Amino acid sequence: MSDMSTRETVMPGTAPGEDLLIEVTGDGDFQTADMQLSIGPAHPATHGVFRIILEMDGERVVDAHPVIGYMHRGFEKLAEHRDYRQIMALVNRHDWLSGFSNEMGVALAVERMLEMEVPERAQWIRMLIAEWNRILNHLMFTGSFALELGAITPMFYAFREREDIQHMLESATGGRLHFTYNQVGGLKIDLPKGFLRRSAELSAITRARLQDYKDLVLGSDIFQARTVGIGPLSTDVALSYGVSGPTLQATGIPEDSRVTEPYLKYGEIDVPVPVGENGDSFDRFYCLLHRIEASLDVIDQIHDHMPSGPVNVKLPKQVKAPEGATYVRTENPLGQLGYWLESDGGRTPWRLKMRTPSFSNVAVMPHLLRGTLVPDAISVLGSVFFVVGDIDR
Amino acid sequence: MSIAEMANAAAGLAQFSPAPSLLEIGDSFWLSAVLKIAVVLAVFFVVPLVVGYMEHKVMGHQQARLGPMEAGPHGSLQLVADGIKFIQKEDLIPSAADKWVFAIAPGVAMVPAILIFLVLPLGPGIWGVDFELGLFYALAVGSVTTLGILMGGWASANKFSLIGGLRAAAQLIAYELPLILAGIAVALQAGTLSLVGIVEAQSTFFIPGTEINLWYLFPQILGFGIFFIAAMAELARPPFDMPIADSELVFGYMTEYTGIKYAMYMLTEYAGMVSMSALMVVLYLGGWQLLPGVPMPGCGGSGNIFDCNALGVGLGVAVTLGKIMLLTFLMVWARTTYPRLREDQLQRFSWLVLVPLSLLNLAIIAVAKGVF
Amino acid sequence: MATTSPPGVGLLKGLGVTIKQMFKPAVTQQYPHVKPDLPPRTRGVIALMDENCTVCMLCSRECPDWCIYIDSHKETVPPAKEGGRARTRNVLDRFAIDFALCMYCGICVEVCPFDALFWSPEFEYSEYDIDKLLHEKGKLREWMDTVPPPPALDEGADAPGEVATAIEKANQELEAAKAKAAEEARAKEQGEQAPAAGDAAAAAPAEPEVKAGEIDQETFDRLIAEGKSERIARSKAKAAYVKKEKQRLKEQAEQQAAAAPAAEEPKVEAGEIDQETFDQLIAEGKSERMARAKAKAAYVKKQKAKLRAEAEQAGGGDAVEAPAAEGSGEAAAGEAAPSAAPRKADIEVEGAGEIDQETYDALIASGKSERIARSKAKAAWVRKKKQEQMDAEGDA
Repeated sequence: MSDMSTRETVMPGTAPGEDLLIEVTGDGDFQTADMQLSIGPAHPATHGVFRIILEMDGERVVDAHPVIGYMHRGFEKLAEHRDYRQIMALVNRHDWLSGFSNEMGVALAVERMLEMEVPERAQWIRMLIAEWNRILNHLMFTGSFALELGAITPMFYAFREREDIQHMLESATGGRLHFTYNQVGGLKIDLPKGFLRRSAELSAITRARLQDYKDLVLGSDIFQARTVGIGPLSTDVALSYGVSGPTLQATGIPEDSRVTEPYLKYGEIDVPVPVGENGDSFDRFYCLLHRIEASLDVIDQIHDHMPSGPVNVKLPKQVKAPEGATYVRTENPLGQLGYWLESDGGRTPWRLKMRTPSFSNVAVMPHLLRGTLVPDAISVLGSVFFVVGDIDR
Repeated sequence: MSIAEMANAAAGLAQFSPAPSLLEIGDSFWLSAVLKIAVVLAVFFVVPLVVGYMEHKVMGHQQARLGPMEAGPHGSLQLVADGIKFIQKEDLIPSAADKWVFAIAPGVAMVPAILIFLVLPLGPGIWGVDFELGLFYALAVGSVTTLGILMGGWASANKFSLIGGLRAAAQLIAYELPLILAGIAVALQAGTLSLVGIVEAQSTFFIPGTEINLWYLFPQILGFGIFFIAAMAELARPPFDMPIADSELVFGYMTEYTGIKYAMYMLTEYAGMVSMSALMVVLYLGGWQLLPGVPMPGCGGSGNIFDCNALGVGLGVAVTLGKIMLLTFLMVWARTTYPRLREDQLQRFSWLVLVPLSLLNLAIIAVAKGVF
Repeated sequence: MATTSPPGVGLLKGLGVTIKQMFKPAVTQQYPHVKPDLPPRTRGVIALMDENCTVCMLCSRECPDWCIYIDSHKETVPPAKEGGRARTRNVLDRFAIDFALCMYCGICVEVCPFDALFWSPEFEYSEYDIDKLLHEKGKLREWMDTVPPPPALDEGADAPGEVATAIEKANQELEAAKAKAAEEARAKEQGEQAPAAGDAAAAAPAEPEVKAGEIDQETFDRLIAEGKSERIARSKAKAAYVKKEKQRLKEQAEQQAAAAPAAEEPKVEAGEIDQETFDQLIAEGKSERMARAKAKAAYVKKQKAKLRAEAEQAGGGDAVEAPAAEGSGEAAAGEAAPSAAPRKADIEVEGAGEIDQETYDALIASGKSERIARSKAKAAWVRKKKQEQMDAEGDA
């Protein structure tokens, strides 16, 4: 069509500091422009205050611009004014679904700087709780991803399972989300009586119930129609964006810090890492669901290994990391979590830099969303698992 | 087959004499009209609430919950409480909205949903009017509801609403066709478009060469499946709820609606479930008959399903409502189980699967009708 | 990766899952009709045992949200024994936690060195008014009634510190008892009649214990009338009963104390330093800070000795010091002793930390928590020991 001209016009103020170029097609009275659809910051699919601006041609997404920072709470700065005990209570809140793993990362960093010998039992218990925490997290996303695709029931089932697990963890830690169970050098207090028995019981129950999710979600024809081939992520792109966790494993790489760079006692046990093939929404969900199973395997092994003994070491009144810096990476439920801890020898860190999995996972979103339909955009949004607090920190 | 042809087919039944309604009071037109309207409105307002309560409870228990428990015994008055709450809510109209269209859209959606109940036979003699073109009327009026949805989506001045409204319209166009084609097959087999006539035809349909009475469900199981799926799609019930799609479109065309107008949309949806189910009961499940070939208690003789005493009428209404409940239960069951389809998948499913299948169904019935 | 089952099978399986669940019991907990069963470690609300608080401010300082407000003033306590020095003691005026700010991290409970803060699993204290989430001392004290005993630890766990030391102590004690028994046996052989320690212990006056578990009927009725739930009314009535009883006992003790002639504590102005000591310490190479502190102490000691000597000259040495108030009212009530008798506080008792088994059992039987029973039993043990020694002296 030679009489159609294309030009670009600037739409102001859609993203902070960044005007969007909108392509206007057509002449005279018949001009069409792409529609901008602002999903979020308060939208049911973004579970949190995440915003993404979609430029759409009909229902097709031409481009996507994630707008992050609505939930920026300044964790890194706050940490510079907190001693290490207070940081434990702080960091379990940036990714509120992986509280224990976050605490553990900081504890590991400080312990490494102090060259502290953490009691064996504390390390095994840390692994046990961390794996349960991982299952809690994955159950949440199992439910929420299905919910985003319109299936309401898995969410309730997931919460049924979560409730049992949270109750058990509460009996040990006193918390349901923000456990605050770690301290430098181990754990605050040992497990209560009967915890390990309950843990073994729940492991069997959860394993049996996983079949429900496979029948209800994974095996459902409609679910497969909505996810197979949607938002495929290639290994190269995933690595270049720094994607990790189930999102990366879905592309076919069995990358898992627990295996590739074992911390705690993960080196002594066998950690299964499920991988996908195409890196599409289905594979991401497949990895997520099978990571629950893998964690249950790990938990069963931990039960067999649990030693007796103390769970913490005697600490000085004021824990001070010696001058220097260290980087600790752990496999958080959503991917790789890194803490860069730099200390000038004081009671607070001089700098605590966080490398959170959600941030990198969300960074790849525009790449995945281009060319999809709105419902597929939701499918991608739900399957690149993220927690908004973990993005914005 | 075009609408004109349908009209011709109906006109072909030259000596159509409407079956008398029990709701006539003597010869008084006005008294009869008042009674009929009262019955229709009662059905319109009460049965959807019962279905809604059933949905609450069934969904609850299928999801390992209890459902509502506080308002009334076992939460049975929950929807009444909800209704009262909706009345109290502020009636918001967005400043950019097309105010008149925005205001009347829920009404445009709701009124046709009421009108359908006029022709639906709920029991022996319990119907508003026995139209010669009953089936045609029910399907035609029912599709007007979508206009109200489209109006609401457009007038809200909200992108989510607009997409929702357009999806609803696209869905209607796609699924009206298999729905009508499946319905035509029934009309073809019964030889009438009158809903009462279709019920009667089912009580006198025998497997060729035998004495075994069957409802149309059995010869037209394919048609029933198509009709059921198409009905769910037309009603935008999950897994075909793309016009609402809360995780994508917030709440679709209802995003900007509050208070009583929102309640009207919701009531329309549930009334639609009831009327579509009632239509399926009439078309495929033998209306108010208890079992195929079994004479109703309280009704005169085998095969005679009109000449009933009070017991027969009561039982007939109860059977119809029971069957409606069963069908709505299936809809709720599907809702708890399935994720939502994508709009293009929905369209593809309609045009590439349901429409050919319904044509096939029609052809089979036509051939069978010719042969036997 | 998608499963390769024939189309539709997945859909039917899904239907199977939901319909199966429909006939299983629901997991809903009918809160508030049914209260949740929370584990003892649950971080619900922070309870304050204000008797234990020494206003050390650790909790307030460590709180990441700065949501603990503490006000206090200093009080001078007369010297515990003649020639001793007056101590200053912090008195808690206000202790408040703003639960609107609290992030429930538990650091305050963790750092408290005097067992004054505890977690309770109670959680039903939401308010329509955010101001009411600021719980003052009285309210925090009420939560103490809801603090459960800590759960037993896992089989593989090390014994907690207190238990480990207690076991060690018990072993030592056993050794000592054995040695003593051997000695006594030897003494018996020599035919000497020594007053049996056990008799003295039996003769010791019983501590006017406040029996917990009873409820104050008046309070209970009033609360029920106010529409409180029975559970709350019962716990509050219990607290009210304990409070009243304590008040009664305290009044009794005060009356007794009033009967005895009160004595003026020789007041010494703190803050001055004893120059002599200071110079000496500096010469010894101590740091100035330390030297100053010690010099202050030396000054106070000297001053007191001087004052007391003056008083003795003036009053003929009949000045009797009031008994030192030890902790709670119960203790004060128990220790209001006749003025003429040697004061219990003067008697040194070794081996604090042991417990009086009898008291302990009685308290456990009356439903006290293990922790409370242990601390009271310890106190009872000390009292008994003192009484024994006093009686022995009296006999002599």
